[in-house]
Amino acid sequence: MAGADGDDSLYPIAVLIDELRNEDVQLRLNSIKKLSTIALALGVERTRTELLPFLTDTIYDEDEVLLALAEQLGSFTALVGGPDFVYCLLPPLESLATVEETVVRDKAVESLRKISHEHSPVDLEVHFEPLVKRLASGDWFTSRTSACGLFSVCYPRVSSTVKAEIRQHFRTLCSDDTPMVRRAAASKLGEFAKVLELDYVKSDIIPLFTTLASDEQDSVRLLAVEACVSIAQLLPQEDLEALVMPTLRQAAEDKSWRVRYMVADKFSELQKAVGPEITKNDLVPAFQNLLKDCEAEVRAAAANKVKEFCENLPDDSKENIIMSHILPCVKELVSDTNQHVKSALASVIMGLSTILGKDDTIEHLLPLFLAQLKDECPEVRLNIISNLDCVNEVIGIRQLSQSLLPAIVELAEDAKWRVRLAIIEYMPLLAGQLGVEFFDEKLNSLCMAWLVDHVYAIREAATCNLMKLVEKFGAEWAQNTIVPKVVAMANDPNYLHRMTTLFCINALSEACGQDITTKQMLPIVLKMSGDQVANVRFNVAKSLQKIGPVLENTALQAEVKPVLEKLATDQDMDVKYFAQEAISVLALA
Amino acid sequence: MLLVEDGLGICVVHLSLSLSLSLSLSLSGAGGGGNDVQWCFSQVKGAIDDDVAEADIISTVEFNHSGELLATGDKGGRVVIFQQEPENKSQPQCRGEYNVYSTFQSHEPEFDYLKSLEIEEKINKIRWLPQKNAAQFLLSTNDKTIKLWKISERDKRPEGYNLKEEDGRYRDPTTVTTLRVPVFRPMDLMVEASPRRVFANAHTYHINSISVNSDYETYLSADDLRVNLWHLEITDRSFNIVDIKPANMEELTEVITATEFHPNQCNTFVYSSSKGTIRLCDMRESALCDKHSKLFEEPEDPSNRSFFSEIISSISDVKFSHNGRYMMTRDYLSVKIWDLNMESRPVETYQVHEYLRSKLCSLYENDCIFDKFECCWNGNDSVVMTGSYNNFFRMFDRGQKKDVTLEASRESSKPRAVLKPRKVSAGGKRKKDEISVDSLDFNKKILHTAWHPQENIIAVATTNNLYIFQDKLN
Repeated sequence: MAGADGDDSLYPIAVLIDELRNEDVQLRLNSIKKLSTIALALGVERTRTELLPFLTDTIYDEDEVLLALAEQLGSFTALVGGPDFVYCLLPPLESLATVEETVVRDKAVESLRKISHEHSPVDLEVHFEPLVKRLASGDWFTSRTSACGLFSVCYPRVSSTVKAEIRQHFRTLCSDDTPMVRRAAASKLGEFAKVLELDYVKSDIIPLFTTLASDEQDSVRLLAVEACVSIAQLLPQEDLEALVMPTLRQAAEDKSWRVRYMVADKFSELQKAVGPEITKNDLVPAFQNLLKDCEAEVRAAAANKVKEFCENLPDDSKENIIMSHILPCVKELVSDTNQHVKSALASVIMGLSTILGKDDTIEHLLPLFLAQLKDECPEVRLNIISNLDCVNEVIGIRQLSQSLLPAIVELAEDAKWRVRLAIIEYMPLLAGQLGVEFFDEKLNSLCMAWLVDHVYAIREAATCNLMKLVEKFGAEWAQNTIVPKVVAMANDPNYLHRMTTLFCINALSEACGQDITTKQMLPIVLKMSGDQVANVRFNVAKSLQKIGPVLENTALQAEVKPVLEKLATDQDMDVKYFAQEAISVLALA
Repeated sequence: MLLVEDGLGICVVHLSLSLSLSLSLSLSGAGGGGNDVQWCFSQVKGAIDDDVAEADIISTVEFNHSGELLATGDKGGRVVIFQQEPENKSQPQCRGEYNVYSTFQSHEPEFDYLKSLEIEEKINKIRWLPQKNAAQFLLSTNDKTIKLWKISERDKRPEGYNLKEEDGRYRDPTTVTTLRVPVFRPMDLMVEASPRRVFANAHTYHINSISVNSDYETYLSADDLRVNLWHLEITDRSFNIVDIKPANMEELTEVITATEFHPNQCNTFVYSSSKGTIRLCDMRESALCDKHSKLFEEPEDPSNRSFFSEIISSISDVKFSHNGRYMMTRDYLSVKIWDLNMESRPVETYQVHEYLRSKLCSLYENDCIFDKFECCWNGNDSVVMTGSYNNFFRMFDRGQKKDVTLEASRESSKPRAVLKPRKVSAGGKRKKDEISVDSLDFNKKILHTAWHPQENIIAVATTNNLYIFQDKLN
């Protein structure tokens, strides 16, 4: 390819550059992802003077291309000549920070934040900070939203006059006309507060926080709840009551359920941020109210936090608060009208037992567990069953087994196959906790019934379940209880059930070991090679391939080989194919 | 051919006397004045010939927030956007005309294989988003699917390849001795419309409304029985906020006919029903807004009761005033203005074509009684406008309690010709200049109208023509 004048090392780069403007998005994307290769070939000088101006104007492209570009530019400093020239990356990132697509803008801001650290203090004031100002006073709100994320990275490194300007810009954006910008400012409030001097946190941030927290748009107010966590962490304990708590109290009782939901959702963080005293005096009643909220979404979010909230209560009053304040609300939630609330509670309520200890659990929590085990909604029952291990440690599962069994049986026979699937997945866990005796007596028949379920996903899960049970209870147990039942299905008139036998054998062979596999399972598989249904026959071939490594070599040569050879001449194409595959994998040819 | 630019929309320099100048100054207040405005013809868009292609029938008209752009949707699934030309300095009495800015196919006909249903491509509604950057965005919807479109301008294109010439001929790679980075050069302005998001599979029934929230990040869509809330950036899920579907469909007594968000309270929206009621919901109270917080309903006048009462009381459109204090509803015969603080009755009621009350029987037979007329406010909420039959449209001045009937027709479409008020005789003796009810053409109906958000410029859709009128400037 190389000619007299041409340089063949240029060719691939030339292709990459040309493909920057190819009609195919994939090719453009590919070129953008290799931008560093292009820049390296061009050298720092041409990258700065030619490539970056070109990229600055490419903002018409597809989102995925722009996203890749924004990401690349974040680690481009070395390619433009190091920190001395890092400011050259600002123009393309500035134009990317104004596009309408949030993901692209966010990525551009992320890259800008990254390269801000590579600016010298002088460059930061001469190049970076003016860019932040331009974005902050841009005509379109996309640029103003992007500015919100950049204040905190330049603030710590600029002179005090510039700092004052930055604070002023942030203030302006907090009262912007468009809710989009106020939301962006509210979501960065906590982050900005962290880099401010404590005096300014009190004089600047607190008023902004209070204003945003009473914004007319609830989408802005709810973001102030998040800021509340960061701000509370920054202030000394004695200032919290005066500066933060009025706003937090107001948010917890906001007219809009979405704001109250946010409070409930952030409750553990808030609890940690405000400390034990305020928790005792303020948050406990607030939490009670959220648990009794009129909106189900809020109750569900609060119910989710019950365990975490109780865990983090101060030790001296933990038990008292739980018993006299939280538990009464929890009792009501057990019979809530909304099933999401009940199911949220069911997923955490068992965790309370470790906090309360044996006696209180038996007296107060057990009745609730039992009530939830009888709940009409399967999800509630499932959530209780899936968390049994917490209770087991405290009071032992026997206390529950009387109620547990009917609940399990009902779920196991639920009309919705997804519910059946979910309970199967908990079987190995239950078996471990209830012990082999209880299992054989009550649950074994369920496990076998699933093998002949009319939904394939259930039969599949049931085979997998058997394998896990054998791992738990051992090969001997398998030989006595499971293998005979599996083997019996080989004569079932329904070919789907006969295939299930094969699937079970595939799953069990390894757990059962060589002896059982060779003596009890292999004969069945071999016998089924004469099945009239081709699907069964080729599954025989597949099974033999699967269990082959477990078998004794003599059996492999003497029994498996002839059968596979016969199957390899089967009339059915698929049977032939899988038989040949098995022969080659087992190296029997 | 979709829309033919009509040569009539030429501005003629008017050398009027100072008399008319002072007249117009005293009557047209700032931002869309009173009804004393003299409306004159400005432009008409669309084919002139009489046989109308079904696909060309205009199904929605909407100005953007600045009024610089005007979008129409049609039964063929197309969206046409007109842009107002900058005002001509040498002719200050001429407002800029609207010319085609962008045309694109928004929706295609589809077939729902599961339900064995054809899905029409007809654009039911267009709503502009508040402007967020140099590009413009709008939502368009047919019966089932809502799409977010970006309309952007491009005036530069990259030039310079390494391995080929600008015209596409390949260069001998061996001659490449230096790398060439493309540069952007100016080019003729190009307007592109690109689909950004598709919001599908959330409506079982036909979508009748979409409305963008004042929080700039959510919007709602409503069909006959449900209202869904969407995030503008999330297409794979929406929240159902109203569901009036009864457990047993035989118990169905009313449907949702129109829905709109409050212009500045992000938590408030209203929906109207086929029974003539309007429900106001507050999204702060609960996630599901099945329980309304206000119910606007006028007690029925027993003397007017007839077989058609329920049909004609069905609300075909609901619109909040720009200031958010009032809302306007349109039913078959009237326009009502409601104060949000008074649920018991409307504060104003205007008869649009009361003379049709005696004709309801024949209007029922030819299905006209089910026509869905829309309505709109002027920029400062002092005048409302809605359509009627015979290509008539009506304006009601709220302050002066005056109303006028105007006609959109080719006959009066001389440049800057002042529109003459029309009168329909209600029966009995017909005066001069009056039109008898029996001679009204019920196939010519004006269902869709729009008013420029600041100025006295209106867009009126007749079947397949879009008329633009403006007040007389001198």
